[in-house]
Amino acid sequence: MEPEEETSAGRPFWSGTLTFGLVSVPVSLFPATRGNRTSLRMLGPDGQPLARKYFAENTGKDLDADDVVRGYDVGKEKYVIVTDEELERLAPEKTRDIDLKQFVPAESIPPTHFERGYFLVPAAGSQKAYKLLAETMDKSELAGIATFVMRGKEYLIAIFSDNGILRAETMRFADELRSPSDVGLPKKGKTSKATVTKFEKLITNKSKKQFAPSKLEDKQADSLLKLVKKKQHKRGSVVRVEEEAESDQKVIDLVQVLKKSLGAKK
Amino acid sequence: MAARAIWKGELKLGTTKVPIKLYSAVEDRTVRFHVLDDRAKKRVKQHMIDPDSGEEVPSEEIQKGYEIEPGKYVILTQEELEKLEPPASRDVELEEFLPQNTISQQWYDRPYYVGLDGDETSYFALVEALQNKEREAIAHWVMRKKYYAGVLRAVGDYLFLFTLRDAKEVILSSELTKPTGAAPNQKELAMATQLVEMLQGELDAKAYKDEYRERVMEFIEQKAKGRAPKLQPVKAKRKTTALDSVLAKSIEALRRKEKRAA
Repeated sequence: MEPEEETSAGRPFWSGTLTFGLVSVPVSLFPATRGNRTSLRMLGPDGQPLARKYFAENTGKDLDADDVVRGYDVGKEKYVIVTDEELERLAPEKTRDIDLKQFVPAESIPPTHFERGYFLVPAAGSQKAYKLLAETMDKSELAGIATFVMRGKEYLIAIFSDNGILRAETMRFADELRSPSDVGLPKKGKTSKATVTKFEKLITNKSKKQFAPSKLEDKQADSLLKLVKKKQHKRGSVVRVEEEAESDQKVIDLVQVLKKSLGAKK
Repeated sequence: MAARAIWKGELKLGTTKVPIKLYSAVEDRTVRFHVLDDRAKKRVKQHMIDPDSGEEVPSEEIQKGYEIEPGKYVILTQEELEKLEPPASRDVELEEFLPQNTISQQWYDRPYYVGLDGDETSYFALVEALQNKEREAIAHWVMRKKYYAGVLRAVGDYLFLFTLRDAKEVILSSELTKPTGAAPNQKELAMATQLVEMLQGELDAKAYKDEYRERVMEFIEQKAKGRAPKLQPVKAKRKTTALDSVLAKSIEALRRKEKRAA
């Protein structure tokens, strides 16, 4: 069984074929976000990096990836075991293809649907078809809609052309979003003209034309990194460990991976 | 049944305040599996071990470290980490208002319903004002010992607060380079545009169902009854063919379909 955690960066999340009409564009999906920049590592008393491990409760014995399976709880301590292969064979067509069956105005998608972004990178030999789709969508300001299966879960996605690069946003299905009545919000009542005008004035006073992304920087992460900088020359607060030969913790620059993949000449 | 609010606070525009409650707008429907010990078919637990000795390290002996270079960690104590936590506050500071859709979906993390908390007049007046002005607000607040940045939007008759990702985590297309290789020609572009236009429509989100989730649940039910449900073979990946002939065939196929429907 595959571990549920993220696989190492630098490898695509998904590879398959993007289709519109009968045109097919083999692509790979890479996350459009870097990992958490302040993730901390769990270390032992001597500073040695620790590993998370499954163990059997009855015997206390550690279990390797091969010793564990995926099970669905059907009650009374009974589980139905489901394998990776079974999950894939439940919808083989959807695990391989993203079929863009509809194109909609990019701005018309309700914002509550958006979940996570991925960049699409053309496979060797499919750059021309990729560019064709990107340019066509750019001009028409349309987004392509499809459903597909990635890692045992079906996703609704919207594909945008972003500066000539295709970007997919996974979206929540309609039944995953609550309605105002699900939440128990009251129906809109009468508003007073004076109060609306008051808010309009407040909005105008604080209106800006341009947005500075720096406003969205995580202050807490910044101060953590500042603290790290301060401590890194202090004796006793830094530990050094022998690097394991087959370390999978290598830091990979996702942007470099993407650039390399987009610029692949073949 | 009404949902439970996850947080209570106040939207703050200068000195004007609107009391609100936050509700998750998302209902998680993911099929949840457990990790089982293959031999005993029982649920497993997790612990931290020293990979060299294979020994378990008890939680009170675990330290947290930030890796500054491969194999080199700066230790951060629990006390230091707690000091970084923001002071508690109930204010959702609305700092600036931008034209709608300024913040790209790429930043969006989770949507929350902003419900009213007593002051109905102010709440719905703010909804109307945001709609009239066609603006969205950048918001900052502290919730559960964490700073949040978000965007406040009016959608329909209600307010939504979307939490946003850390600016330094989002990769922008401007950081990347366009793919290299041959460019499509004018004829191909014209045909692709025609094809896309034929597939154009309005989004009906409800028309898209998570069929896979249904299949997985059905499969589990069958298996639980001791049956062996049928599975489909995995297909081989497709091959690519010449663009112009494929485009022409696509348009032709769609035309035929339209004719049949008419």
